[in-house]
Amino acid sequence: MKTDLQFDFTVDKAKKTVYITREFDAELPLVWDAFTKYEYIDQWIAPKPMTSRTKYQDFKVGGKRFYAMISPDGQERWAIQEYTSITPKTNFKMYNAFADKNENPELPGSEWDHTFSEENGTTKVNIVIYNESLERMERILDGFTQGMKMSLSNLEHLLATLSKKQPSFKKL
Amino acid sequence: MRRDIFQAIADPTRRAIITLIALHAMTPNAIADNFNTTRQSVSKHLRILTECELVKQEQKGREIYYSLEIQKMKEIDKWLDQFRKIWETRFNQLDKVLSTIKKQKK
Repeated sequence: MKTDLQFDFTVDKAKKTVYITREFDAELPLVWDAFTKYEYIDQWIAPKPMTSRTKYQDFKVGGKRFYAMISPDGQERWAIQEYTSITPKTNFKMYNAFADKNENPELPGSEWDHTFSEENGTTKVNIVIYNESLERMERILDGFTQGMKMSLSNLEHLLATLSKKQPSFKKL
Repeated sequence: MRRDIFQAIADPTRRAIITLIALHAMTPNAIADNFNTTRQSVSKHLRILTECELVKQEQKGREIYYSLEIQKMKEIDKWLDQFRKIWETRFNQLDKVLSTIKKQKK
């Protein structure tokens, strides 16, 4: 596997925009599928220990993906994405907003623009995310750090249990 | 962190004020001299920046001096860096997914 894959992440605070570029060691149709088919999206979009579950997806202009990010304690954070533009295997745009479990969006959301290109079997994806409000970005982060803390406290529990056992070893 | 901090730094005049006072503390009048705008307008911008704790005020004699909260600016960068980490994790997971699909297709 190639290890020198490009990864750029920049934030233009003034423009409230995040720019992400990443290369993948795979051909374009595969990467396109990984970004546009929920069966694949659910496998990678949630940073562990979070998981992603798509309730339904309709990948066409005006269509939606309704999904939840689930933390280790089972807490669901629903969000809805509406596809606003699709140029197969080249570009797709969507509008992403938090929602309740009944699909009612909480506006404002963020605008996402994905562009795909391939060179010598390496596929480059450019993502531009425009966030209307900082509060929204804070909420995204909150969800993820909560998930991280959960797994850390699990680890602490495990370590505590292990260390309690240790004195008994000494007795032996 | 105050919620509208992005709003605070999204404004071009406020960004210019930040750049100005990054060098040294200045009075509102001295800051206003650098802009083709009213003293009131500069005061409003300074108030927003103060509310976001991006600048701090210091009374020296009769004058109030404004200076930049360098630590706060650093906090923003640190905070944004966490997003970078989330994306790093995501993409590492995607690398694995892609290599799994590739194997399945062979």
